[in-house]
Amino acid sequence: MPADIKITIIDRDGVSHAIDAPTDMNMNLMEVVRSYELAPEGTIGVCGGMAMCASCQCYVESDHELPEMSDDEDAMLAEAFYVEDNSRLGCQLHISEEMEGLQVRLAPES
Amino acid sequence: MIKTDILIIGAGPTGLFTVFEAGLLKLKCHLIDALPQPGGQCAEIYPKKPIYDIPAFPEVLAGDLVDNLMKQIEPFQPGFTLGERAQTIDKQEDGSFIVTTNKGTKHHAPVVAIAGGLGSFEPRKPPISNIASYEDKGVEYIIRDPELYRDKNVVIAGGGDSALDWSIFLADVASEVTLVHRRNEFRGALDSVEKVQDLKNQGKIKLITPAEVVEVIGEGAVSGVSIKQGAEVFTKDCDHFIPLFGLAPKLGPIADWGLEIEKNAIKVDNTLDYQTNIPGIYAIGDVNTYPGKLKLILCGFHEATLMCQSAYQRIFPDKRYVMKYTTVGGVTGFDGTKKEAPKAVVKAIE
Repeated sequence: MPADIKITIIDRDGVSHAIDAPTDMNMNLMEVVRSYELAPEGTIGVCGGMAMCASCQCYVESDHELPEMSDDEDAMLAEAFYVEDNSRLGCQLHISEEMEGLQVRLAPES
Repeated sequence: MIKTDILIIGAGPTGLFTVFEAGLLKLKCHLIDALPQPGGQCAEIYPKKPIYDIPAFPEVLAGDLVDNLMKQIEPFQPGFTLGERAQTIDKQEDGSFIVTTNKGTKHHAPVVAIAGGLGSFEPRKPPISNIASYEDKGVEYIIRDPELYRDKNVVIAGGGDSALDWSIFLADVASEVTLVHRRNEFRGALDSVEKVQDLKNQGKIKLITPAEVVEVIGEGAVSGVSIKQGAEVFTKDCDHFIPLFGLAPKLGPIADWGLEIEKNAIKVDNTLDYQTNIPGIYAIGDVNTYPGKLKLILCGFHEATLMCQSAYQRIFPDKRYVMKYTTVGGVTGFDGTKKEAPKAVVKAIE
């Protein structure tokens, strides 16, 4: 069975959470945040994970090589608020073994 | 005053299917939705996306699901108040409710079913610190009457279809149109992008990219905006600033109806009938919460079905009723149509 990976998520209040994320459940980062209840329901993953709302925007703070953005993700971030150079949509980041040690900070609610 | 048996707030899949289940019990329904068309998120956000977990549909496009539901409920002649948001609710002495929309349309019903999904779709407002004080004083998030901008100097922000389409439209109305977008690239229908390019070449639209509006300027009303482009911040005079960043759902006025709210959703009694803490008001589909809740269309269908049985008992407390299978009872519409299984005959063959 594939091992869980360790990732660090800094919530919207600045609190850091070191958590285990499964690599074998087809989960994305937004879903991991929701499963640990690190952001209130209704404020994250509003569109369900279709890169259509940016409520799961996060800033990647570690230097991991992440999969390239799809056109959908890029287009949504062009319309989102509080966007930085290291912004990604959590729902588009599928948890994989390469993400071991990943650190992300959740963007403000908007 | 619109009168009905079950007033449904939200015309997404759960709200639409409620009409069918209510219709089997001879209850009439009327739906209110803030969007101009039925279908909720399925129609507004992802009509072309496939859904794979509707029982017996291996794959169905969200838009087709809505079309099918509209066809399924047609015999029950639902009424619609579209493009209006349910704003206030007043309980009457007889236990019924009057729901008034933001445009003043009144609806009267003994039962209210909130099937509001994630809420009503509202414009996304950019996080510009002083923008709220200029709302309706030159800042508009929705263009209601284009004539407001006749011969005015207008700044539009955004890079999607609505920013492009309105820039094109207002180019012939306003004295000056400036479109500000964070990227150099625009994403919209190809002909909209090309049209904006043409209008820019003709000097009818000014483009400022990649840039962002960071402040609204004016004494009491908008007289300009501050625009940040690279390291430079400059002032652009204008009479109106129109940020067009699409829509996002907000629970909105329903949150102030005295209903118990938990996790941005309405708490209901899932062990019985999805009734809220106010008897006669039910909450079904994505808008409700209870232990083990899943926000799935198929769960919304189930909740709607149980809710209708309870609503029937509330409206007719003295009547006895047991659920009847459509295969047995058929479907008799309020429009006089009847669908039923073909009857077998018993006849000797000579």
